[in-house]
Amino acid sequence: MSEKKLSANEGIKTRSNFLRGTITDGLQNEITGALAADDTQVTKFHGFYQQDDRDIRAERKEQKLEPLHTFMLRARVPGGVCTAEQWLTINNIADELTMSGSIRLTTRQTFQYHGIVKGDIRPVIQGLHSVLLDSIAACGDVNRNVLATTNPIESSLHKDVYQWAVRISEHLLPKTRAYHEIWIDNEKVASSEPEDEPIFGPTYLPRKFKTAVVVPPHNDVDVYTNDLGFIAIAEKGVLTGFNVAAGGGMGATHGEPDTYPRLASDLGFIHPDDTLKVAEAILTTQRDFGNRESRKHARLKYTIDRMGVDAFRKEVEARSGVIFQPVVPVTFTQQGDRLGWVAGEDGKHHLTLFIENGRILDFAGRSLKTGLLEIAKVHKGDFRMTANQNIIVAGVAPDDRKLIEDIARVHGLYGRELTVLRENSMACVALPTCALAMAEAERYLPDLITHYEALQVKHGIEKDAIVVRMTGCPNGCGRPYVAEIGFIGKAAGRYNMHIGGDGLGTRLNTLYKENITEGTILSETDALFARYSAERTAGERFGDFVHRAGIVGA
Amino acid sequence: MAGCRRCLLIRLSGQEKEFSDDDWMDEMTPTPLTAQQLAVLDDVLRGMSAVQLAWTSGYLAGRLAQNGDLLGVTAGLSQADSSQKAPVILFGSQTGNAKGIANKLQSALAAVSISANVSDMASYKQAALKSEQTVVIITATYGEGEPPEGAELFHKWLMGKRAPDLKGLNFAVLGLGDSSYEFFNKTAQDFDSRLEALGGIRLLDRFELDVDYKSAADAWVVAVVEKLKGLALQTNVAALQTPLKTQTSVSVWTKENPFTAELLVNQKITGRRSHKDVRHVEISLEGSGLAYKPGDALGIWFSNDAALVQEILTITGANAEAVVPTSSGDVTLADALTNHFELTQAYPGFVTKVAELTGEPRYISLSEDKAALRTSIADRQIADILRANPVALTADQLAAALRPLQPRLYSIASSQTELPDEVHTTVAVVRYDVDGAAREGGASGFVGSRSEPGDMVRVYIEPNDHFRLPIDPETPVIMIGPGTGIAPFRAFLQERDAVEAKGKSWLFFGNPHFTEDFLYQVELQDYLARGTLTHLDVAFSRDQAHKIYVQDKLRKHAVELYTWIQDGAHVYICGDGQRMAKDVHAALLDIVSEQAGLDPDGAEVLLDDLRASGRYQRDVY
Repeated sequence: MSEKKLSANEGIKTRSNFLRGTITDGLQNEITGALAADDTQVTKFHGFYQQDDRDIRAERKEQKLEPLHTFMLRARVPGGVCTAEQWLTINNIADELTMSGSIRLTTRQTFQYHGIVKGDIRPVIQGLHSVLLDSIAACGDVNRNVLATTNPIESSLHKDVYQWAVRISEHLLPKTRAYHEIWIDNEKVASSEPEDEPIFGPTYLPRKFKTAVVVPPHNDVDVYTNDLGFIAIAEKGVLTGFNVAAGGGMGATHGEPDTYPRLASDLGFIHPDDTLKVAEAILTTQRDFGNRESRKHARLKYTIDRMGVDAFRKEVEARSGVIFQPVVPVTFTQQGDRLGWVAGEDGKHHLTLFIENGRILDFAGRSLKTGLLEIAKVHKGDFRMTANQNIIVAGVAPDDRKLIEDIARVHGLYGRELTVLRENSMACVALPTCALAMAEAERYLPDLITHYEALQVKHGIEKDAIVVRMTGCPNGCGRPYVAEIGFIGKAAGRYNMHIGGDGLGTRLNTLYKENITEGTILSETDALFARYSAERTAGERFGDFVHRAGIVGA
Repeated sequence: MAGCRRCLLIRLSGQEKEFSDDDWMDEMTPTPLTAQQLAVLDDVLRGMSAVQLAWTSGYLAGRLAQNGDLLGVTAGLSQADSSQKAPVILFGSQTGNAKGIANKLQSALAAVSISANVSDMASYKQAALKSEQTVVIITATYGEGEPPEGAELFHKWLMGKRAPDLKGLNFAVLGLGDSSYEFFNKTAQDFDSRLEALGGIRLLDRFELDVDYKSAADAWVVAVVEKLKGLALQTNVAALQTPLKTQTSVSVWTKENPFTAELLVNQKITGRRSHKDVRHVEISLEGSGLAYKPGDALGIWFSNDAALVQEILTITGANAEAVVPTSSGDVTLADALTNHFELTQAYPGFVTKVAELTGEPRYISLSEDKAALRTSIADRQIADILRANPVALTADQLAAALRPLQPRLYSIASSQTELPDEVHTTVAVVRYDVDGAAREGGASGFVGSRSEPGDMVRVYIEPNDHFRLPIDPETPVIMIGPGTGIAPFRAFLQERDAVEAKGKSWLFFGNPHFTEDFLYQVELQDYLARGTLTHLDVAFSRDQAHKIYVQDKLRKHAVELYTWIQDGAHVYICGDGQRMAKDVHAALLDIVSEQAGLDPDGAEVLLDDLRASGRYQRDVY
């Protein structure tokens, strides 16, 4: 590697003294609601971002007030599983300590709070801690919250796979005491031992690192969009090992072709006992070979493309002592969630509730937040947050089905007549809080879907599920590049339109129209739907059709 | 003298900032003035516009010519009939009205060759009182029967044990008050009965004036002049007022003759979730020649809301076009209600007058119990009384029952050193609901709510010499200004920033919520970053379960605060006088008492001394 200047974040990490920075001083400064600029990078490792309400930035400037700085805090919930008791606390924290009042389910099977003022960060983290939840490494250049298929049908297999997600998350967690020191103990605990990060080292990873575990044939976690994917292989319901895939990632930068979304490459099959060794070896290979000069080119996907998949596999084998076996063929059949009731093999029932864009809040006529709170008060099982921003009331005894369903219906969580189009749609948060957003996403997609529903009716394709996703910027939190129709924000009201995902999360879509506004989006879609309706073969998905018809792709 | 004045001017123009006060006094040729006189002169001249300075220069030259030479004048004055001491007119002014009447009386006495001295109670030497022969007291009362800020120490001293025997002292007392308050003219009553108790001879019965005081004040001046003529106080010394009168033709904008200024900015500076609507207001002074100093107040005249006027016309059935008398002449009732009568502050006299004029039983019964009436109309407007007690009134009846509209004073929030042609202030728009009717404050609604940039607003400057930055820019300042009390401190900081003052400064600010109510947050952050402001402590009362106020922050920093005071810091309080200023005062007493090891009385004496030496100043309302 040539002598290049390390990215600014590398210096911040180095100076942070294992993720402490000057956060404690910043919390005491009563004159500003912000933290010091460098510390706002460090706090990501503690699970939260500094943001501000961009809707009122200009207004507050005129008011001689600083931007309305608040913090978005994301919890670490491996596999998205939390207990009903934990949910009560999660709900109360949203009520009492956030400006938005909402619980926002994310695409990584966790929840985040928006609008926490600086003085309330500590109470929020302590509240989560009281029910054994934390936000360590929920953001930052570390291994993020680990996903696991929320497969309620094959329940014993799910339990095994979920346990592996937890183990991976724990194994790859930063070991610094900083989080507990700053947020829980509120003091530095004297220790004679020098601090160490045995896996990460003092500068952690070059960039974020995402891991998912999936149980085929249901690719609800979009496993190939992760840096590290484990594809569970089972025989007669018993886990025999994992296909390992590495180098997936969604983010790109507009106008920079050397940045791109990429699906993970298969490395091979491993036995369950080798899981942690392989995970650690892949992570340390990225730690040592990843690009630390340019954060835009720092994800594992670029490392692998630079090294070549074979060289990368060899490095991982050398570090882990594990030799990859040939990949076991698998089939995926679905990308989204299965909404409504399903029964598990253990006789328990599971209700998947659609939460539009993951925003849990009481809306007019739909008191989603109150509904979930009421369910949590009587529910004896747990909750599972899905990677598609929905939530499952899991492990309901047959006798309790009616009780749960009645509450869900009363509060508009269940029983609404929703099109399959809307059920499969997904958007990131974007404006007004996300600093990266160039266009609306969560606040706009529901309206666009309404227009789309009309177009579907017009062309007689309203029964067809089409995966539509929207993000406010090209970083891809809503995994738009594996949607059948994906919208990437470019500027206010303008989007790049991608089409041609396979609806299974195993094929990237293709840029179709650039920088278009709603009028063009609708006229283009109208034409595409007309052709799809007229020319499709039986059972052919929209994303497959546009390829076969040569509208996109070779 | 001339050389000295020039050096003052140079200093004031900001061109020679490196000179500290001591420097220029030492290096200049000796002057016949004492250091104190120089300081006073400096203070007077500092705030003057070029026009005012030019006038003053001419005035002094005229004085000199008239009296032959300066020494002659001094000798002549000091040799005035020693057996007949000049009467002294002492005023305690809150908004400048008492001071205005004092000056008027002085002129009227001069016209009959009685030379009287006028002095603010704040600067009058208490010990001199027992050797006076005649004293005329003009005092306002504010709040819950309290003396004006500048009169507080004099009042306290005179009412206390240390007051001297005043046997044979001739005295007269005039009170200025507001009958909508319970303790109407209490300070005047205090002085009146105390002077008698100490052996004084009452020249004429106490006059108690209400908000509408002008004609009664004139009558009082005539009465006092007659009484003093009877005491044969006339001297042969030329009446000092003569040259003054002949040369006041230079137009100066006053309360009665306000400058019509353009509103430049009316900007809400509380956040959208705030329960308060506070406005940063910028007004152009271009072409006015108006001069002010940090600490001064801006008087704002206002028009009443057209909807409010209509509401009153509708309820009473009074003819909007009927011509009625006002202090500014005969105008239509609609005009009078809009521009000349007070509608937004109800007062007991309105009810009494309506009862008297109409014989309406409801108004008669309402006016029977004065205390109950006062309570029931607190925070009410004229329209609220009429709405709750509908009564038919003619235009003349309405005009007779209403009192003249008074301008409102706002602490100035800018420095002319920084902004020569502008004046800024901070206006909390008063809004409340009375039985479902949305009400707005008179001036705050006019400026903050109903005016836009480009509109014209009538203003004048109300000097406040009891609220001044230290002369020495190195002197540390402690500024306590929660809510809109921050306004003069913005002016202080702007001034200190403009002159690159080196003194430390510590601001205590408070309001309900950090995110919504941190007035001038970004500017203060900037002043902190640049070192103009060295310490900033904030108390946001409602951001946590238990309320935190500025006084709590003061107590938290007791040790350091006391060190600052020992190091000569000046302490300022601005804002609410009903609770905040009292709580802050109590906190300061505790701090001083604890840190200096004083008992409560000792601490009180220490703060009084600070106050007497101008190091503890308050601008409360």
